[in-house]
Amino acid sequence: MSEKGTWILKKGLAEMLKGGVIMDVTTPEQAQIAEEAGACAVMALERVPADIRAAGGVARMADPSVIKNIISAVTIPVMAKARIGHFVEAQVLEQLGVDYIDESEVLTPADEEYHINKNSFKVPFVCGARNLGEALRRIGEGAAMIRTKGEPGTGNVVEAVRHMRMVMSEIRRLQNLPEEELMTAAKNMGAPYDLVLQVAEAGRLPVVNFAAGGIATPADAALMMQLGCDGIFVGSGIFKSGDPARRAKAIVAATTHFNDPEILAEVSNGLGEAMPGLEIAGIPEYERMQERGW
Amino acid sequence: MVIPVRIGILALQGAFIEHEKMLSSLGCEAIQVRKTEHLADIDGLVIPGGESTTIGKLMNEFKLTDRIRDLAGDGLPVFGTCAGLILMAREIVDSDQPRLGLMNIVAHRNAFGRQVDSFETNLEVEGLGPDRFRAVFIRAPYIETVRNGVDVLASVGDKVVLAKEKNLLAAAFHPELTDDSRVHSLFLKEVEKFLANKKKIRAIV
Repeated sequence: MSEKGTWILKKGLAEMLKGGVIMDVTTPEQAQIAEEAGACAVMALERVPADIRAAGGVARMADPSVIKNIISAVTIPVMAKARIGHFVEAQVLEQLGVDYIDESEVLTPADEEYHINKNSFKVPFVCGARNLGEALRRIGEGAAMIRTKGEPGTGNVVEAVRHMRMVMSEIRRLQNLPEEELMTAAKNMGAPYDLVLQVAEAGRLPVVNFAAGGIATPADAALMMQLGCDGIFVGSGIFKSGDPARRAKAIVAATTHFNDPEILAEVSNGLGEAMPGLEIAGIPEYERMQERGW
Repeated sequence: MVIPVRIGILALQGAFIEHEKMLSSLGCEAIQVRKTEHLADIDGLVIPGGESTTIGKLMNEFKLTDRIRDLAGDGLPVFGTCAGLILMAREIVDSDQPRLGLMNIVAHRNAFGRQVDSFETNLEVEGLGPDRFRAVFIRAPYIETVRNGVDVLASVGDKVVLAKEKNLLAAAFHPELTDDSRVHSLFLKEVEKFLANKKKIRAIV
């Protein structure tokens, strides 16, 4: 019997993206530059996070025409963002044929209490998380891929590092707990008990875990890979830099050879200006995207 | 002392760890291949699923393409899944992307549709007996044309999804994502033949 939209298919596409770089693009031309540089997927957007941050106001799902044009410009998978809790934006994106939906804090949340019930869709979802409890809640709702939130549009990797380290250390802690303490751990982190058991047993998340938010250089990408993530999202870091094609290619090579300083030194050479960075402390708390969702 | 069979797994991008786990469970030593020096002493090579354009470009950039072609020409068993099948095909419909071009087949990328059309199904596979193989197709290609010397081992309708040509095996689906190791075992049979030809003494332990 043939089946579609199963868990293994949703999770499986994320497995195929591992060790790769997913790049934010806003036009078909940018999508082609990303594909040419070796991106394993693109995220179709109307504006990159740095511009969303600068513009302020309400950020929504991209116009379907933007997404359709990008879909027809490349052969690699195309992702797109829906607002947190906005299940109708997700229905529209599924209808457009996007390969993955990012229920994303980069857009203005549509629901402050509930995330999308991702189990009810055939298309797979990726969601952001700052810690293990948040990651497991999203997986419980049906997310087939997790990424750190970081602080998008800043070119500052510090928050992505914090979130990746947090998830990894909480996993290590769970592994060391005796079984009778796991229910309390699940209660304290607000995570489904069965997923807590799985993580304690396997020593890793049950789905692929990418780094996102503030990655701007090949060294940033390799840092996140060495910290244990499975692959990289680069948002504003490429098309807000001086030489996007070259930087994109260098970040792809650095993600593959994340443990090889010789290659990292070589590909980091002469990339031109990185995107301008923002100090996190200078961003008022109500403007921090990572605080969106729970 | 028994020396285990050493299988290289191209680890540039994609689901290489799943192949590693499967092959380790079958008694092989798995070697991640990122640079030419990692190809030095292997008895078989797996090209995993992932994005074929990404893997192809990185193969060229890190000078693996020609080296792998030489090894395959010399009889090294090569097994490609999904993106691996595309990279092994001599021809790819509507694409001039970098490739190994080892097999006499024409591959059609994303041929079943986008992710919402990805599917799993039970497959009858030649040489695996009456039990069907649960095959996982993710944005999968198929083999549009099979040329001289290529044997078809499985099809979905009239679309070829598993084929063999001498030391080369290519699957449009992902046996590494399931618990069924029978397709990997087909590949290891080729590895055993290769070892016997080369008079190398290594064992699947």
